Amino acid sequence: MSTLKVDVHHVTRVEGHGNIVVDVENGELTQCDLQIVETPRFFEAMLRGRAYDEASHITSRICGICAVGHATASLRATEQALGVTPSLQTTLLRKLNFHGEILDSHVLHIYMLVAPDYLGLGSVIPLAKSAPDIVLRALRMKQLAGDLCATLCGRHTHPISMTVGGFTQFPKPAELRALRERLVASRADCDATIQLLQGLEFPAFERDTEYVALHRDDEYCFIDGSIASSDGGIRPLAEYREVTNETIVAHSSAKHTRHRRESYMVGALARFNINYDRLHPRAQAAAEALGLRPKTINPYLNAAAQAVEVVHCTEDAILLIDQLLDQGIKPEAPAAPTRMSGEGVGAADVPRGTLFHHYWIEGGTIVGANCIIPTGQNLANIELDMRALVPGILDRTQQEITLALEMLVRAYDPCISCSTHMLDVKFVKAVGAR
Amino acid sequence: MNPKVAFFEFTSCEGCQLTVLDTLQRHPELLEVIEIVQFREAMTERSDDYRIAFIEGSCTRPSDEAKIREIRKQAQIVIAVGACAHLGGINAIRNRMPLDDVREYVYGEKKDWFETYPARPLSAVIKVDAVIPGCPIDRDEFVMAVTHLLQGRMPAIPDYPLCIECKLTENVCMFLRGQTCLGPITRAGCDAICPSCGQGCEGCRGLIPSPNLGAIKEALRERGMTEEQIDARLSLFLTYQTMQMEGVTPA
Repeated sequence: MSTLKVDVHHVTRVEGHGNIVVDVENGELTQCDLQIVETPRFFEAMLRGRAYDEASHITSRICGICAVGHATASLRATEQALGVTPSLQTTLLRKLNFHGEILDSHVLHIYMLVAPDYLGLGSVIPLAKSAPDIVLRALRMKQLAGDLCATLCGRHTHPISMTVGGFTQFPKPAELRALRERLVASRADCDATIQLLQGLEFPAFERDTEYVALHRDDEYCFIDGSIASSDGGIRPLAEYREVTNETIVAHSSAKHTRHRRESYMVGALARFNINYDRLHPRAQAAAEALGLRPKTINPYLNAAAQAVEVVHCTEDAILLIDQLLDQGIKPEAPAAPTRMSGEGVGAADVPRGTLFHHYWIEGGTIVGANCIIPTGQNLANIELDMRALVPGILDRTQQEITLALEMLVRAYDPCISCSTHMLDVKFVKAVGAR
Repeated sequence: MNPKVAFFEFTSCEGCQLTVLDTLQRHPELLEVIEIVQFREAMTERSDDYRIAFIEGSCTRPSDEAKIREIRKQAQIVIAVGACAHLGGINAIRNRMPLDDVREYVYGEKKDWFETYPARPLSAVIKVDAVIPGCPIDRDEFVMAVTHLLQGRMPAIPDYPLCIECKLTENVCMFLRGQTCLGPITRAGCDAICPSCGQGCEGCRGLIPSPNLGAIKEALRERGMTEEQIDARLSLFLTYQTMQMEGVTPA
């Protein structure tokens, strides 16, 4: 097909509004954009003038999927700014809560958003009748993740009891023991998830790129740590701007990020590539079963890396509960600020990748804020993938090419409503013209 | 024939639709009694032939108004889902700030590239038949709303304050715990989930009919809150409603 126009108006099964526009004339790729047409959100502006302890409640509303991740990064930024040192118990509870969010989001993405593509369906809904065991399994895993978050912070979407320096409610040992039992039972569902992915035929598309993720020497890192790149180099969180380098690129209107190459990727696959050695042995075995090794450079396999993380987080959640039960859960007052003014950067590797919150606080009031969201960091990389993918599949039908592109975008698990408040958007075609 | 139902989203975090998705999975029997014909976040299939529209998110740019009116024209019943659609929600925090300043702070010299205006609830654009309040919505309330619609009536929501539910939950009052709470002026229906988790109510379900704003401000002052802090608390979710009561129109 020497001439091709792909115009996907609002990619489905992703969070937020984005369009794919690809134009090939006489075999030459003239346009290849992932346009972001979501409304601006303005959270950074809305944080100004707010008391420091409101920030996590406001910013958790950036996203309905990774609300715990936003709250966690927000709390860490505030705590850095105000010299707050949370207790070990708080740190453990936050890690456990975070696993709940990773599990919930990854299961949603793998089963409800990605799997239908590979099973030739438009959604997961008809599966409820044709393959109830798959849907029931996904449901069971999501419910466990949701119940884990609800036990620790009141609910998953927009956590309630996480606060600066600690928590305002605490799980009972019996609740933790019940969760532990369900997590152990969930190992069978984890294994079945790996088996499901073993049976899917991922497109054989590879493109080497730079991978960026948070890193710690002593654990598979989701909260705090440093910023590591697969191209080498580790930087402290405070230097995040040296990594993200927001720039405007001629071919695209969206503000992109770049580090050592033209673009980089964040998310499960990036974490897997960088932190593989720190995965739980069961997760490493799952990766083995999927034929996944660092460095894996097929972006479609992001879903496979997510499945490996599902295994890891399930196992690590069991270990965290054991540690919490061992030392006993004590209701404790949140750790107090040691100063009321300061500047702080907080980071968390949320389901879609590395998230930064940066606050400036004066006298307990936020006077400035910056948030850098994973999907924004992935946009340039998605576009470069699309540019590399299209020339190799021009012999297919328009429908097949469109599906391959949509699947590619979906593989990144983009969260567009999260990222739009920091994107520059040019409307190439009038929105709603079709 | 099962009623055809569609889901839409405007400016929001899509957390309410995720809650719906979660609810549908926990209550698969709902899929036996309604036919979902459009739900961008969850499915690729799409039809514009629907009778009931559930809309999440607030209207924050003029071009959204046309789309919202289009949905109104097609649907016999329009339900506002969540605090953004119901109240303008957290998006309306910026309605109290100079719009130009807000745009410049986030987008700098590119601020004019973006179409935006003060956040509005759906009811400021079209007639809304019912609301499911909250940030995010409550699962059980969504199930109840669908049940009511199937019975041919509009979903009903409580018109009494949160304090009543909080008492029934046997929580110690946040004010007695030395903290503050918007429970006395906020619509019930969430089982007082925030006070039950050790945090004061933030007002995400909106004001009760005839709220005594003077009294709650007095109570917050007695707890040592400054006027700025009180204003910030009341504007977290209630900006649009309180500005309307004060007769202030956002720029």
